[in-house]
Amino acid sequence: MFDDFLVRAVLAGVGLSLATGPLGSFVVWRRMAYFGDATSHAAILGVALALAADLPVVIGTMVVALAMAVTVATLAAKGWAMDTTLGVLAHSALAFGLVAVSFVPAVRTDLSAWLFGDILAVSQMDLALVWGGALVVVGLLVWRWQGLLTATLNEDLAHASGLNPDRERLVLTIALAIVVAVAIKVVGALLIAAMLIVPAAAARGLSRNPEGMAVMATVIGAASAVGGLGLSLLKDTPAGPSIIVVASLIFAAGTAFGQRMKH
Amino acid sequence: MPCLPGGGVMALLSADHISVRFAGAEALQDVTMRLDPGEIVTVVGPNGSGKSTLIRALLGIVPVSEGRVQRMAGLRIGYVPQRLMLDRSLPITVRRFLSLPARVSDAAATGALARVGLPGLKGAQMVGLSGGQMQRVLLARALLAEPQVLVLDEPTQGLDQPGEASFYRLIEEVRKQTGAAVLMVSHDLHVVMAASDRVICLNGHVCCQGTPHVVSSAPEYRALFGLGTKGALALYQHVHDHDHSDAPEHDHPHGPKHGRKPGHDHDHGHGHAHV
Ligand SMILES: Nc1ncnc2c1ncn2[C@@H]1O[C@H](COP(=O)(O)OP(=O)(O)OP(=O)(O)O)[C@@H](O)[C@H]1O
Ligand SMILES: [Mg+2]
Repeated sequence: MFDDFLVRAVLAGVGLSLATGPLGSFVVWRRMAYFGDATSHAAILGVALALAADLPVVIGTMVVALAMAVTVATLAAKGWAMDTTLGVLAHSALAFGLVAVSFVPAVRTDLSAWLFGDILAVSQMDLALVWGGALVVVGLLVWRWQGLLTATLNEDLAHASGLNPDRERLVLTIALAIVVAVAIKVVGALLIAAMLIVPAAAARGLSRNPEGMAVMATVIGAASAVGGLGLSLLKDTPAGPSIIVVASLIFAAGTAFGQRMKH
Repeated sequence: MPCLPGGGVMALLSADHISVRFAGAEALQDVTMRLDPGEIVTVVGPNGSGKSTLIRALLGIVPVSEGRVQRMAGLRIGYVPQRLMLDRSLPITVRRFLSLPARVSDAAATGALARVGLPGLKGAQMVGLSGGQMQRVLLARALLAEPQVLVLDEPTQGLDQPGEASFYRLIEEVRKQTGAAVLMVSHDLHVVMAASDRVICLNGHVCCQGTPHVVSSAPEYRALFGLGTKGALALYQHVHDHDHSDAPEHDHPHGPKHGRKPGHDHDHGHGHAHV
């Protein structure tokens, strides 16, 4: 049944959500939204470089995403004004990527697949990559969970407990690069950040503890993937954007529900 | 006046001629201090004098530009920061917070909360706590680490009066039970003088350090606090210098006339020989 493109698409969406749920929660908690943008936009450049050098795309995207993530993390640690710096980096990464892509005919022809994903064309190999990457990311996060959470809550408390917040940040940076590399095929470079942030933001109002929020974000992400694919089939809409549309609707509904509960 | 006790013992925390610089401006210059097992050391100084910076340098939170900081290997530190900024985007209950970074049992968490006077607060969200509740939760978390050192940066800010008194009593109790050392920043000079083994008076550099008695009569300390605290401190010292039987006298300082002469605090510092 893995031959069925729809089953593969659903499995890819669900697998990706396993990683984007908890990682997206950290992105929200640490206010790293633009960081996600810069990293995922850089992935387009990675695609162009990989194809030009005849390397697997996943290697190219991961290397470039990692380079971007480390650059951003280093600048942040040096105290650069992050809002502006990240804005500049995120947009120029995309621009450089698009210019680079114009030199690679193979990408040029289906640029929109790299920008918005092509989940319905996910191969068994892609599926293995998505699940492999997602499991590595989940493993990393579970392994470092207590330290990551402490450092996210307050770096001073982490230091005093003998933790090294820089190392925890590096774990997240690596996890982000992995997610970007495996997600580009599913939702595309432009929507990876949305897949990280929207389900986590929707989960915020429904959670009392960090673990609850991470699990809830995963569930909402998976539901969005399934719902988005359904929408795409029914109305013949583009799959990647449809997934984000569903996630956004869940966010809106959750927020409205949360507001009502308060009154 | 810099009398460092316990020269032979391995210090829990020590700073050796450290300087800390922020964007060019020096927040600390050439500070040397140490904290030995079981001691209560208090850091005093005006706002912006580098008290929090000294603590943060000792904990390795801010890098030093010169000198060296040493922490005993494997030292368990219970830290209560001056303020904890929490982001609303991260939902977390008090119970969950107490389990960071080391998980603690429900019984331990309940016990710690009861100890700091917050029974039944387990399920509350951290971002919803009042200032005083937050201080207490931070102390509860610090105690759960079974610390060898409690590092407290203005721990009683935001606490009500009975809360403040019981806070200090709890610290004293913990020290008696566990032998933990205490490094504390405080503006509450009465407590400092009554409860500390040593006082470090800071103003970018160490103005003076030593026993409360030595420090309170040092001219550098007088220059910083003598006028600022007016007669209250002078009166307090007067009482403290002459009478070591404690509490009752504190409420009835000898005669109001001392209080009306803030410019003359040095008149009262004549009891050194008693200690
Ligand atoms: N992270 C920082 N970046 C830049 N300057 C800083 C930083 N932290 C402290 N400073 C500066 O260092 C000096 C000492 O600050 P510090 O917080 O240590 O004072 P403090 O004695 O704890 O004051 P307070 O009694 O108000 O708590 C101040 O001039 C402050 O502006
Ligand atoms: Mg301070």
